[in-house]
Amino acid sequence: MARAKGSLRRRFLRAKLAAVIKYLVVVVVAVVPLFPIWSMIAWLLIQSFSGRVILGLIPSSLTINNWRFLWSPIKMGLKEYPNIWPITFNTLLLALGVSGLVVLVSTMSGYALSRMEFRGRTALMEFIIALHAFPSVILLIALFVILNKLGLYGKGYMTLLGIVLIKAGLEIPMASWIIKGFFDSIPWDLEWAALVDGCSRWRAWRSVIVPLVLPGIGAISIFSFLAGWSEFLLVFTYVKDEAYYTLPVLIYHMIGEFKFIDWGMLAALGLFFTIPTLIFFSTSQKLLLRIYVGGVKR
Amino acid sequence: MVAVVKVTLDNVSKFFGKVRAVTDLNLEVGDGEFVALLGPSGCGKTTTLLMIAGIYRPSRGRILFDNEDVTGLPPKDRNVGMVFQSYALYPHMSVYDNIAFPLKLKKVPKQEIDRKVREVAKLLRIDNLLARRPGQLSGGQQQRVALGRALAKEPDVLLLDEPLSNLDAKLRILMRAELKRLQKELRVTTVYVTHDQVEAMSMADKIAVMNAGKLQQYADPQGLYSKPANLFVAGFIGSPPMNFVEGSIREDLSGGYYFDAGAFKFKLPKELGELISSKSIDVVMGFRPEHVRLSLNREEYSIEGQVYVVEPLGRDIVVNVKVGDMLFKVVTKPGVELRPGQRIWLVLDVDKIHFFDKFNERAIV
Repeated sequence: MARAKGSLRRRFLRAKLAAVIKYLVVVVVAVVPLFPIWSMIAWLLIQSFSGRVILGLIPSSLTINNWRFLWSPIKMGLKEYPNIWPITFNTLLLALGVSGLVVLVSTMSGYALSRMEFRGRTALMEFIIALHAFPSVILLIALFVILNKLGLYGKGYMTLLGIVLIKAGLEIPMASWIIKGFFDSIPWDLEWAALVDGCSRWRAWRSVIVPLVLPGIGAISIFSFLAGWSEFLLVFTYVKDEAYYTLPVLIYHMIGEFKFIDWGMLAALGLFFTIPTLIFFSTSQKLLLRIYVGGVKR
Repeated sequence: MVAVVKVTLDNVSKFFGKVRAVTDLNLEVGDGEFVALLGPSGCGKTTTLLMIAGIYRPSRGRILFDNEDVTGLPPKDRNVGMVFQSYALYPHMSVYDNIAFPLKLKKVPKQEIDRKVREVAKLLRIDNLLARRPGQLSGGQQQRVALGRALAKEPDVLLLDEPLSNLDAKLRILMRAELKRLQKELRVTTVYVTHDQVEAMSMADKIAVMNAGKLQQYADPQGLYSKPANLFVAGFIGSPPMNFVEGSIREDLSGGYYFDAGAFKFKLPKELGELISSKSIDVVMGFRPEHVRLSLNREEYSIEGQVYVVEPLGRDIVVNVKVGDMLFKVVTKPGVELRPGQRIWLVLDVDKIHFFDKFNERAIV
């Protein structure tokens, strides 16, 4: 009897040890990688207020000089770059343009892909997935020809419009796919109930279905906003007039040309670049998290 | 309270590609009537309901509301109220808004909407739940909200698709009586889909029994029970189901008739034998478990067998009797001593025996 009790206790301890080890592994894997990330962000923040380049996390001398681009144009050697604010405005235009266009088109195409039976539907869906793997670099020359033909090249804001169209076009297939998934999860019953209650097809869409995919719409609006906001290659290739630059291109120009790199200002610029995204993200949070449960018994 | 409307299905068929969901359905639901569409899963009853609602368009045939052809009319113009099996409540709206939704679409003034919603909520006893969301309600409460949403608009036709199947047994029995009472009070033309024959029998004025897309019989519950039109209806209605035996009608030397089932021979009254043999020789005999009396002695019009299993159910007992290699169920009152293996005689009530043609399965008597 004593022997049996002993082995039970040992088994109990072993089980507890196993649970603790599993927990530790989880902590190590999930939490530890966060430290480098957080320290990088912390460094960025501190560097932007530091007078000289630092390697650790302690600033050498606190200064706001690195943030001078907020109120005066940046001088790099002999060249003077335009004020940051018009550039930010251009970037915002691009990002919101892409986001708006993608949301508009993807919501409708996602619905069609989810609900309608038409010939070539499966082929289209397969094509969309394949398209997403396509590197946009290859398209640069062809896109130039198209932009030119459309009269959207080299004409100030028209060029940016052209880029909005291109970027949206590249994002729409994947966004449609994501939204389709959300529509798939809405049961037919709900639409039928709306129709019987007196909705036209359009009203049912507006009042019943779209509110239920708002998390999906929130998701794609953020992704496409980011895509537009951080787009470098297309703007760098097609926009030659500095007045129509976007932030990524401006930041690029801050680095390349001389041996001396103003790390402080670069850090500040980097932080400045992330702020609007954070604002956009926090405003869409409310949309993203509004997931409805219940109402349909399955 | 509500406008009453007659619903007619005129040779309606629905095909989904090669699948024939509904074939040549002819049905008329009188105004204010409660009609049940009864049948096993996949028999086409829900498809029929959706065609009446306007969500599916018939492949052939017409649908008429009070002799007006509504076949081409979209659901929103038909003024029907529907309760779905899954309730299909709008999860992003409160209970109040769910019920008010059809009225809002009809552009009813706000005060009127409020009055109607509260009236319906009170009727269904959900007036204390108006601020909640569907996700915060129990199954029974959700079902009543779905009902409220269908009734608030004062529909011409009320359609219900197995609304009780997601409820627990006790609530189901309670709601059955509630729904029937409600329908009688509101007198709205109702079509009710179910696979549960007890539900259909207890609630409906008339039942349309369907199988594999075809209408089997359309009659009131008593008619279906005592005069089933074919083998399917006879076996579907009644619990425990009717006992069936295959065999032939033969004439004996003295001019009398008997039913030869191989394992036993059953004497038939002369008129009955004549009637059946004039129509068919190879038949299926059917008798209901409750129309059999058990006897310890051989009697006229009896079949000999052996007690196999006894199932005590409190109010009745179901006795399984083995005859040859067939098993028959008999329902009788408790009190008789029965042991497995005991020799017993099944005394049939000759007035209540059914005969079906073996090949076309239609009833002869």
